[in-house]
This record gives sequence, structure tokens and C-alpha cells, in this order.
Amino acid sequence: MSLNKFKNYFISSYSSGGGVEKKQRKGKSDILPAFAFLSPSLILFVIFILFPVFFSFYLSFQKWNMFSSESTFVGLDNYIRLFSDPEFWQVLKNTLYYTLGTVPINMALSLFVAYLLNKQIAGKKILRTMFFAPVVISPVAAAVIWRWLYDPNFGIINYALSWVGIESINWLNDPDAAMIAVIIMGVWKTFGINMVLFAAGLQAIPEHYYEAAEIDGAGRLSKFWNITIPLLTPTTMFILIMSMIASLQVFDIVYVLTSGGPLGSTKVLVFYVYEHAFKFFEMGYASAISYVLFAILFVFTMIQFKFMKVKF
Amino acid sequence: MKMKKNKQKKSLAKISTSVVTHLGVYLLAFLTFAPFLWMVLTSFKDMGDIFQYPPKFLPEEFHFDNYSKVFDAAPFGRYYLNSIFVAVSVTIGQLITCSMAAYAFARLKFKGRDPLFYLFLATMMIPFNVTMIPGFMVLHWFGWIDTYQALIVPGLASAFGTFLLRQFFMTIPKELEEAAVIDGANKLQVLWKIIIPNAKPALATLAIFTFMGVFNDFIWALIVVNTEEMRTVQLGLAVFRDRYLTQWDLLMAGSVTAILPILIVFFISQKYFIKGITLSGLKD
Repeated sequence: MSLNKFKNYFISSYSSGGGVEKKQRKGKSDILPAFAFLSPSLILFVIFILFPVFFSFYLSFQKWNMFSSESTFVGLDNYIRLFSDPEFWQVLKNTLYYTLGTVPINMALSLFVAYLLNKQIAGKKILRTMFFAPVVISPVAAAVIWRWLYDPNFGIINYALSWVGIESINWLNDPDAAMIAVIIMGVWKTFGINMVLFAAGLQAIPEHYYEAAEIDGAGRLSKFWNITIPLLTPTTMFILIMSMIASLQVFDIVYVLTSGGPLGSTKVLVFYVYEHAFKFFEMGYASAISYVLFAILFVFTMIQFKFMKVKF
Repeated sequence: MKMKKNKQKKSLAKISTSVVTHLGVYLLAFLTFAPFLWMVLTSFKDMGDIFQYPPKFLPEEFHFDNYSKVFDAAPFGRYYLNSIFVAVSVTIGQLITCSMAAYAFARLKFKGRDPLFYLFLATMMIPFNVTMIPGFMVLHWFGWIDTYQALIVPGLASAFGTFLLRQFFMTIPKELEEAAVIDGANKLQVLWKIIIPNAKPALATLAIFTFMGVFNDFIWALIVVNTEEMRTVQLGLAVFRDRYLTQWDLLMAGSVTAILPILIVFFISQKYFIKGITLSGLKD
């Protein structure tokens, strides 16, 4: 999932810079070879993206258990049920808790590391590799490792905390601690990607701004606040929105780390969709939930879009 | 004299901040990497070493047999074959479909090309969870649940890959193709003989992104796979962790097995990741 961020990153930085030729050169049309070249992708997109988007919307007004051949039209019932379902509100709250917990820490940490790595540091390449390693590994294996780190009796995290006098925390079985555990792991797993993006942003700031500020007697902190932060704003905004979009869709690490427990305290939206669709077989209701999530994500995507237009 | 002293003072301050910065970065890097080290160390311990408090950092004796135990406890070899077969198939498939589509968008002239291209891009904004349920239904109607097709076919096209390659193809000088066209090459030959050989870095970037993404994918495999023989490494590991809840020796050895190939691919191909970012144009 986190690689998606890279994907979106490519798009945003090219969307207007890319040379869609405005003036097409005169000459005969290549419609036949174009059709041949595009048809494999087009067919797959129609079957696996376009059709599902509409079918999902249709399903959200149906009651259907997948096994019966008939589904029943139930109007807005699924949506009404959703908004009057206390569990849905809890799940929404959990998702926002995860997002608002992860994104700021993630961004502060990744900016800090990128900033330090932008200085003259020995062994930069190895360091960057170490920071980036959690991003490329599978979320499933990562969550298995973290279950061991979080083990209440023999876990190394509780052992380290005991040095500073913090008593054993039952990370994954205490409803108050579980989401914090997921957030810590989520930050660890994803901050490397933002670090690389911030690093690129930092390198794009011309050196002479800093030199000019130094002549004026600006200190480290003042340079950071008055030059780095403002000039980095486009990058920061982009990372902010992308991180929000990714965090709102967290699934894998929750599934393996806590399975949504204890007492539903880490159940997030995609998990809720998965559960209703593939455990309770309520395809209509699950589709309604996914459309609500789609709506939330759409708002963020539009913000990003608008922001991109400002940028170029 | 005074100035010299000042300068010395300044450079001393500079050195000390540099030392602090170094220590800070090294500590953070160590903390980030520590879970990996702990995983590897634990994977060589026996249960007696594991259930020790305070924890012992090094195993009493290195139990390499934990790894063979993992392969005995679950068919990880089979999971591996499945994962690699699926990841390689999707990667090759994407390289083909994306090159073709990208070439059409970059070089061919036809009505509605740019709107169609933007429609391609727009599909990337659709979150996976919306297409997940109907995607499953489609595979169900095709009778593909629990088959390789289910794991491979939906991933064969990629808007991101098309976009990435199109951007790169547009930087290849047109003169190269014109010579080939004069020699009587058709579009497919131009793509195969001129464009592809000149686009290796972009193709490598796409291949690595795709391979890693598919190898690490979990939720799709979770939905479309039912039987043990069809499980991928990630799904197999998730089931394994449900079965051996606190068998940390096996769980850690299993995790190492699931992570290692990807880490190796990443270490080797790092420059393509960086190149990918450079391609995006932010760096210059």
C-alpha cells in the first residue's frame, strides 16, 4: 500500500509538466494501432475498475448475501443502518484516531531525519537504506515482528521501558494501549517513504538562500523556520494529503497485529468492510461502508488536486 | 589574533554540533533497524532462550534448525513458489501492457488520446476498497476463485505503470524512430526495437515497484484464496501466526523467510528507487 504513495507522487509532479502535446502534428491518424496497443489495458480496466465502481454503488442499495441468486432492493436502508450503527461510529473514530495519531508524528519524524541526512553525514547511503527498509518489507511480516516486540511478558519494548521505570504495558490486549501500539508500528513502517520525499524537497532548495541568510547572521533555527519550512510547503502539503489518504485505508498491519481487537478498539474502516463482506457476507452493507469511505477519500483527493493546480 | 581565536571557537562549535547530529542520526537509524536485528536473533534461539527475562540478546546456541522446522510446520516452499510465480507473471504482464499503452499515449496520433489518458490517470484515484467486493464477484463469476488467474489477471494492467513509461518514452528522441520507419518498421517493431531498449531504467523501476507490491500484497490474496496450496507467502505467514501464536522461534524464522528476498531485491535495486524519484523531477 505504501508504494502507492510513490505512485501518486509521480502523477502529481508530472500532471502539468508532462508534455501532453497540445498541437497534434498533421498526418494520418494511428487509430487502428492505437486501439490494438490500448485494448489489453482498456479491457482490464473496464472489468476490474470501472465496472466494480458502478456495481459497488448499485450493491450499496441492495441486500444480498452473495450465495442466493437474488438480491433485494432496499433503497437507502444500508446507509440508514450505517449511520445508526454505534459500531460504525466507533470504527470511524478509530480510523480517525489512527490517522491523526500517525500522520503528524510520521511527518515530524520524516522531516527531521531528512533534514539531518541533508547535512554532511558519514555513511549517508547506509543510513538511508536503514530508514527505508521498513517501507519495502511486507506489512504481514512486519506485524508479526512487532507482536513479538510488544509481548507483555518477554517483549523487548516493555523491557526497555522498565529501565525508565514504566511498568509493563499489555500493548495488544489493553483497549487503551492497542491503538497506540498500531500507531507506533504504522509510523515505523511508513516514515521512510516520506523521508525520501522530504529529502528530494530539501535538495531542491537553492543553497544561496541559506548563504544569504548566514550573511545576515541567521542561526540554524532561524534558517530552518524562515527558509526551509516555507520553501518546503508544497512538498509538505503533498505529503500531508497522501499520508492522510493512506492512513485512512490502513488494513494489513491491523489485521495481523490486533485483528481489530481488543474489544474492537483497533477496528478500522477497511477492516469493517472486509469483515461485513467476507465474514458476514453482507455485500450490500459492506458496499455502503466502502462508499462512505470513498466519499471521505474523495474529499482529500480533491483537496490534493486543487493544491496541485496551485503548485503548477 | 582575536579573529583567529573566534574562528577556532566557531569551528569547535561546528564540530560539536556535527558530532551530536551524527550520534542522533545513528541512534535513530539503529532504532529503526533494531526490529530486524531482534527478529534475526530471535529466529536462532530456542524457546528456553526466548522466554527469559530480562531478555538475552544473543542466543545461547544458534539454532539453524528453526528454519527447517518452519518449512516442516507449513509448506512455505509452496507459498514461495506461488508468490514468485504470481509476482513474476504480474510484473511481466504489466511491462507488456503498460509499454503498449504508454507507446500509444506517447507517440500515436488519434482522436481523444489525451482525454483517454486522463481517464486512465483518474482510475488511480479510486481506492481499492471500493473495487474489492465487485472485483471478487467478477472472479467468482469467471470461476477463478482460488486460482492463479485470480491473483494475476486483475493486476495485469496498471495506470501508474502506463503513466511512468509514457513520461519516459516521451523523452526518447523521435529521430531514432524515424530512421526505423524509413527502413519500413511497423509500430510494433518500433516499440520493440527502438523504444524498449532505450527505456530500460524506466522499465526496471516499474518492474521493481510491481514485483515488490505484488510479493507483499496481502488483502487480495486473503479474499480470493481458500486452499493451502494457493496461499502466497504473506497469506501463509498470517495463517501461520494464527496457528503458532507464541511460538516465537518459528514465527521469527518465518518472518525472516518472508522478508529476506524483498530486502535483497531492495538493496540491489536501490538506485532505481532513487532514480524513480529523480525521474519525478523534484530533484532538479
